[in-house]
Amino acid sequence: MLSGFPLLSLAIWVPIVAGVVVLATGSDRNARAARLIALAGAVLGFLVTLPLYSGFDVAANGFQFMEWAPWIETFNINYHLGIDGISLLLILLNSFTTVLVVIAGWQVIQDRVAQYMAAFLFLSGFMNGVFCALDALLFYVFFEATLIPMFIIIGVWGGPNRVYAAVKFFLYTLLGSFLTLVALIYLYNVSQGSFSLLDYYELPLPLAAQILIFLAFFIAFAVKVPMWPVHTWLPDAHVEAPTGGSVVLAAIMLKLGGYGFLRLSLPILPDASHYLAGFVIALSLIAVVYIGLVALVQSDLKKLIAYSSISHMGFVTLGIFIFNAHGMEGAVIQMVSHGFVSGALFLCVGVLYDRVHSREIADYGGVVNTMPVFAALFMLFAMANAGLPGTSGFVGEFLVIMGAVKANFWYAFAAATTLVFGAAYTLWMYKRVIFGAVANSRVATLKDLDPRESLVLGLLAAAVLAMGVYPDPFAEVLHTSVNDLISHATQSKLPAP
Amino acid sequence: MQYILPLWPAYPELFLLVMACVILLVDLFVSDGNRIVTYALAQIALAGCLAITYLTGRIEPTYTFSGMFVDDVMSDVLKVPVYLAVMGTLVYSRSYIAARGMFRGEFFVLALFATLGMMIMISANHLLTLYLGLELMSLSLYAMVALQRESPSATEAAMKYFVLGALASGMLLYGMSMLYGATGTLEITRLAEVIFDGNGRQAVLIFALVFVVAGLGFKLGAVPFHMWVPDVYHGAPTAVTTFIGSAPKLAAFAFIMRLLVQGLGAEQLLVEWQQMLVVMAVLSLAIGNITAIAQTNLKRMLAYSTISHMGFLLLGILSGDLNGYGSGMFYVIVYVVMNLGAFGMIMVLSRSGFEAENLEDFRGLNQRSPWYAFLMLLLMFSMAGVPPTVGFYAKLSVLQAVINAGYLWVAVVAVMFALVGAFYYLRVVKLMYFDTPLDTAPIRPRADVRLVMSVNGLAMLVLGVLPGPLMALCLYSIQVSL
Repeated sequence: MLSGFPLLSLAIWVPIVAGVVVLATGSDRNARAARLIALAGAVLGFLVTLPLYSGFDVAANGFQFMEWAPWIETFNINYHLGIDGISLLLILLNSFTTVLVVIAGWQVIQDRVAQYMAAFLFLSGFMNGVFCALDALLFYVFFEATLIPMFIIIGVWGGPNRVYAAVKFFLYTLLGSFLTLVALIYLYNVSQGSFSLLDYYELPLPLAAQILIFLAFFIAFAVKVPMWPVHTWLPDAHVEAPTGGSVVLAAIMLKLGGYGFLRLSLPILPDASHYLAGFVIALSLIAVVYIGLVALVQSDLKKLIAYSSISHMGFVTLGIFIFNAHGMEGAVIQMVSHGFVSGALFLCVGVLYDRVHSREIADYGGVVNTMPVFAALFMLFAMANAGLPGTSGFVGEFLVIMGAVKANFWYAFAAATTLVFGAAYTLWMYKRVIFGAVANSRVATLKDLDPRESLVLGLLAAAVLAMGVYPDPFAEVLHTSVNDLISHATQSKLPAP
Repeated sequence: MQYILPLWPAYPELFLLVMACVILLVDLFVSDGNRIVTYALAQIALAGCLAITYLTGRIEPTYTFSGMFVDDVMSDVLKVPVYLAVMGTLVYSRSYIAARGMFRGEFFVLALFATLGMMIMISANHLLTLYLGLELMSLSLYAMVALQRESPSATEAAMKYFVLGALASGMLLYGMSMLYGATGTLEITRLAEVIFDGNGRQAVLIFALVFVVAGLGFKLGAVPFHMWVPDVYHGAPTAVTTFIGSAPKLAAFAFIMRLLVQGLGAEQLLVEWQQMLVVMAVLSLAIGNITAIAQTNLKRMLAYSTISHMGFLLLGILSGDLNGYGSGMFYVIVYVVMNLGAFGMIMVLSRSGFEAENLEDFRGLNQRSPWYAFLMLLLMFSMAGVPPTVGFYAKLSVLQAVINAGYLWVAVVAVMFALVGAFYYLRVVKLMYFDTPLDTAPIRPRADVRLVMSVNGLAMLVLGVLPGPLMALCLYSIQVSL
């Protein structure tokens, strides 16, 4: 019924067109119009992704909702789109988050509203493009294009040290992607002139070439994830970004890295992926354990959540590189769950920051006395971050640990320490901020959530609980795609000797 | 041997020559208040050339003037951006030169003669024609740099430009004379045949090649022959810098194609100049990009960025196959459009008695004029090679050719320096968007400037979304012309 309808193009271009319209409203005199159009665009952008879920065939192998059109014929580059279960979940997450971000920035942003809203809409469209692209160059173009709006978002509406953070963010990511470009061109030449990912999946490559390409991809995706030791841009970017920027950064942009591993590295370079899996797993475990400890000592709320993000993303890369269905499914679910949870936590910090204008944990205490509703929601998200059963955070971590046990007990053991550290830093932070005596006069005069904030956090709370209690709707779209991917990733592609 | 006729392949050049002479005469009778007439005539002359080039376009290469002059698809495709770049430069310059006492006939006549020189270079099939075109262009440019007589920096720049340019011309001429000595012909197509047949002493040819490449390096501004670029770009009035930085690069590209690729493209020489170009390209990328970081003057920064872009252009050419030449052509056309926009923006922001040439002058542009800030953002990201702007595809096609030719390490070096380059382009964006303006004077350019600037800036995005046709055209024109 919907097969011929370009739903994926809509998912990409509706937010972008909406962004252009928002920009056209111009100066801050029309701020109200800009906000309304942005909201309409974001909601519409979310609505057009819903038929993707309802029309998705969970049993089918390969990619669905394919679209194909020639784009740059000289280089045989095509506008080739298609999704599997993994991309589907990330597209939904992205479009959903965009709505929340627009609402979250409703009152907080008073300066250059149209540009702010438009930047998020562009970002949303570009990221959907990354998740849909089946042409390597199209993937690359969207992947890179996300940098521009994010750079502007951090640099214009960020905190005091925003310029440093924005430039660091941009250059770090560009470093990885330029090498990726070289690798892609190399693949293009080897494959006799094709940029199609589907062709690359079948392309035999010698191990040495695979390893070099893997490393080029790895730098790009590891910076995005971010993995230890190239994670240092993230705390800076998060701390300085406005709330909406932090939410999108944590909820979606970090997933571009994980998604890149799944879509490019594993199926195109299975032998190199196996060969270097130990290395990636080691880095992941360092992220999980060491960054978990780093999070423990943070005195800045946003920094703490940023480090917790890195630690959680360590789970994702761990799950991906242990090459079994549990691990990989766990990794994807962890990505989605982390999208909800970290987004929610950054929104919670935003709620506090808008009122007190401080991110220091020491400036808070006893918030529960003045903001009981907020405290309850915050509690839920903190628990989800710590991986409490019944929340979304548990499902992914549990699956990854289960997968890790199959691969190697000690992997699982190291990974499982996060259940302790995660609980420790999250709950300790929660205790210091929320409980205890009212710390100072500013906390004493706090007002609880307004309806807009309640709506945003309420929606996220529902998502976190739904995913924790009944993960099936999320998991079932993944089964076939993950098995497909594993069969690609475990089949050697070395050319016959 | 063909006779003088047919004349039609040279109609655009003849038309421009006549028009330039007419303007020279008419201008004598135009009072200072009506100088706009000269301006309009110059634009009409260029538009006429555009139309004639379009109408006389043929797919088959046509030789005329006893084989000294050629009209092929490559020349037509390169001439069109030359006209457009010069027209754009004149539009951007009008208010700027009027405010600085340069709105006189000489400016336009010199610009047209320089354009004529470029056109002759592009269509040359003979070493003398090539040299004639080069000198016509260069002499006009020297004079244009010195046009602002009361400015010491402009005079100094003109002097430097002239001395180094003359030196380069001398080297080139010396190289050409040796080519003549080795092969006994000055006609490029004949030259190629003689060398291809293995006649001509290899030692003399290589010696000639060194001089030719050095001369070319000077004209392009590639390291180690780049010293004049920053000083001339900085010292010349911005209108002239815009002119020097845009259309002549197209002519220089044609020069390389005609002389190195068509004339000296035989296998035994190809490998020799490839090595020279690798060194020049990598050094240009390194020195251009690294030095640009330290600049506080935008014109100087763009001068160093030009050096690095010329390095990238050389990369496309050194791959030594049609794909590479096509990518080089695409790169140079894209570069000219970007550069035109960036310098145009400096003139848009400049006023009478104020040069917006320092990076600081772009501070907070987003608050003064979101539209111009956005256009400049597109231009800067395009120069940095970030998709979805067209600069990315230019780099992509060059890198593809380089990797295809087996120079993987050069491609890696190139992207690393492109990363360094991204930093200083990013700094311009940072100043425009993240900082508050020091200067709050309103920006109100004339309607024609507004239109051309918008088209120029948006071209980055439009060509970035749909780069296919232009890429295909460049490749096609190379395929049918070589």
